[in-house]
Amino acid sequence: MHTLNQIVEITVMNLRNVSHRVGSSLVVVVGIAGVVGVLVSVLALVEGFRHTLASTGRPERIMVLRSGSDAEMSSALDRDQATRLATLPRVARDAAGRPLASAELMMMVDLPRRGESHPNNVPFRGVQPAAFAIRSEVRMVEGRRFQGGVREVIVGRKASRQFAGLTTGARIALRDSEWTVVGIFESGGDVHESEIWTDTEVALSTFRRQGYQSLTARLADGSDRGFAVFREAVGRDPGFSINVYREPDYYAKQATMLSNLINIFGYTVASFMALGAMLGALNCMYSAVASRRVEIATLRAIGFRGTPVVVSVIVEALLLAVAGGAVGGALAYLYCDGASLSTLSFNTFSQVAFDLRVTPHLLLQGLGWALLIGMAGGLPPALQAARVPVAVALRAL
Amino acid sequence: MKNFPLLGAALSRKKIRTILTWLSVAIAFTLFGLLQAVEVAFTAGADALDAKRLLTTARYSIIEPLPLAHLRQIEQVPGVTAVAYGEWFGAKYQNEGYAFPVLAVEAARYLDMYSEFTISREQREAFVKTRAGAVAGRRLVDRYGWKLGQKLPLSSEIHPKADGSTSWEFELVGILDADDPTVRGNTDVVWINAAYFNEGRMTGKDKTGWYVVRIDDPQHVRSVAAAIDARFANSPDETKTQPEKEFAIGFARQIGDIGALVVRILAAVFFTILILTGNTMAQSIRERSHELAILKTLGFSDRRITALVLAEAILLLFLGAGAGLGAAAVLLPVLNGVTGGRFPPLLVSAGIWGLGAAVALVLALLVGVPPALRARRLMIVEALAGRA
Repeated sequence: MHTLNQIVEITVMNLRNVSHRVGSSLVVVVGIAGVVGVLVSVLALVEGFRHTLASTGRPERIMVLRSGSDAEMSSALDRDQATRLATLPRVARDAAGRPLASAELMMMVDLPRRGESHPNNVPFRGVQPAAFAIRSEVRMVEGRRFQGGVREVIVGRKASRQFAGLTTGARIALRDSEWTVVGIFESGGDVHESEIWTDTEVALSTFRRQGYQSLTARLADGSDRGFAVFREAVGRDPGFSINVYREPDYYAKQATMLSNLINIFGYTVASFMALGAMLGALNCMYSAVASRRVEIATLRAIGFRGTPVVVSVIVEALLLAVAGGAVGGALAYLYCDGASLSTLSFNTFSQVAFDLRVTPHLLLQGLGWALLIGMAGGLPPALQAARVPVAVALRAL
Repeated sequence: MKNFPLLGAALSRKKIRTILTWLSVAIAFTLFGLLQAVEVAFTAGADALDAKRLLTTARYSIIEPLPLAHLRQIEQVPGVTAVAYGEWFGAKYQNEGYAFPVLAVEAARYLDMYSEFTISREQREAFVKTRAGAVAGRRLVDRYGWKLGQKLPLSSEIHPKADGSTSWEFELVGILDADDPTVRGNTDVVWINAAYFNEGRMTGKDKTGWYVVRIDDPQHVRSVAAAIDARFANSPDETKTQPEKEFAIGFARQIGDIGALVVRILAAVFFTILILTGNTMAQSIRERSHELAILKTLGFSDRRITALVLAEAILLLFLGAGAGLGAAAVLLPVLNGVTGGRFPPLLVSAGIWGLGAAVALVLALLVGVPPALRARRLMIVEALAGRA
């Protein structure tokens, strides 16, 4: 009990004195704020990309590509195969009995980012009417859906924010043809939000294509067993030379390289920042303790024991660290949350846009790092302060 | 020279503090080295390319193929001295997707075009003559321990064979090397024989991915490029011809504005370092008022005291920057190994060392000037009385 009283007294006294050491305390706060700010921003990038990936695809949906193809761009599916696939009995149907299957054309169109002039490979998808029923997460946030038979497109929310000229009502030139943007859609933050959509048939005729790239369908039985049965059935049929993937598996595979890269980049930067900050905090706390050497020795001379001294120094370090962590997290939230980025996916050779996401979890993680940095920075100086012989320390007076 | 012991004494006065400051500066510069290397690899890599080379791709998308029949027509364009062609094979090796770039190329033309790669005469002959022949870059050969004459089983993620299988097999007949170390860094490639590939493929026969065109004079870049594109205008296979360098820059741009991202992160890092180191320096000088006053009493001029303090900051920052960039130079080869040659090798170039030195100098001045001025203004009597 005695020790506890001492701890409280000495800590309170110590914290009251922080105002006399504003300079060096502020340095700890600013230093840790900088680190936590960058750390949280970089991890928000990682998290944003992970979220885009995780929200793409539903297990009850399948993606069909030509046999041997791992990606839509290198796949080809002729009309005949697409029609026969759509009418297979295990493909789900809507209330009117139409199959929930969409044969799709996928190509790249060149568009510059906003405010730039270099072209980027923006994915352009021709979809069949069933696409909206299959992907029920697709929702128009502006304008309306495109009409069949005319050169109208709708644009994913992220593509619209990233690339020039993709606003409702705008006319855009794509490969020698002119199109009207009639709406902007959202699809739960997945990769389709980086795309431009139109009617497959219009796209086929405009771009003089003969066939599709892929077919997306919803299975009547979306369970593991249902999928296995479907895959086996089409595998046995010699009329098909196709690969069937579950939608989430397909999209996860498409992003492996990019997500590895973003992870390596994010965590490398974050760990160096954290290490640097720990050294900085260590330095500042050593200085803080050094400037209070006589004070601490005096306390010990009048009967305060070592433990309370150690605890008080650590509490100070932790409080400063938490303040820094909070400021850094707040800055990251203000400047980065919702900011969007796009980059080239090496697997698909097309642009993927994603938003930076500063989640509560990341903010907590940032605070956790701040506390860890504060602890690592405060402990050694605290131990040192408690160990110096009282007589030696007092002589410094 | 006689100032060195004084500098040494100043820095070793509080060893822990000096070591911690030095380490935090070093870590900041390690990060600087790593991030700069990434940026340079993606943006400045284009500088090494030959200004006489143009790249002709399909007009609307670089991933659409062009007919092989374009070859003769491009050759006839005035100003064109040589044409080579190649295509992306997209290889999987040992279950590793896109393990390294594999290009299907017309052997003799490609080797002539990219003369910065070296290969022995016999191996060149073998590559040209062996139908299923392949040559691999030095770095890949070293990484996988391949031997000349061995089979290379590669499966394509894009091109199935006529029988529907995606497993191809080639024979390693040569090794591509380079005299220039930067070019050698780019030898993570395999080239396979386009003729054999064309015979065996299921789809896209008699097509290729791109043409590389050499012209007589770099001055004619625009006119020759326009002449090539004009030849195929309004055909089903229109082309887009641009200097190889522009193509490389455009490609890097697609990845995103890495430069801006790197600058922002580094700005935050150096701002933090500035605050931390600046505080430490200031405190260290405050604590040494007494000693500095004694030096002044002994006859050290104000200018010399200022120089001493400034030199201390410069020495600390440069030792830190040197150690940091050195660490980055050691770490990058490891990182290059991990990414498996999918990317241009990252290295701490002379330019990065130069930029690092400049940044260190600026930081040293920002950190060192205020305490140096304070030391200069120090009044002996005040300081010795403990009032400064």
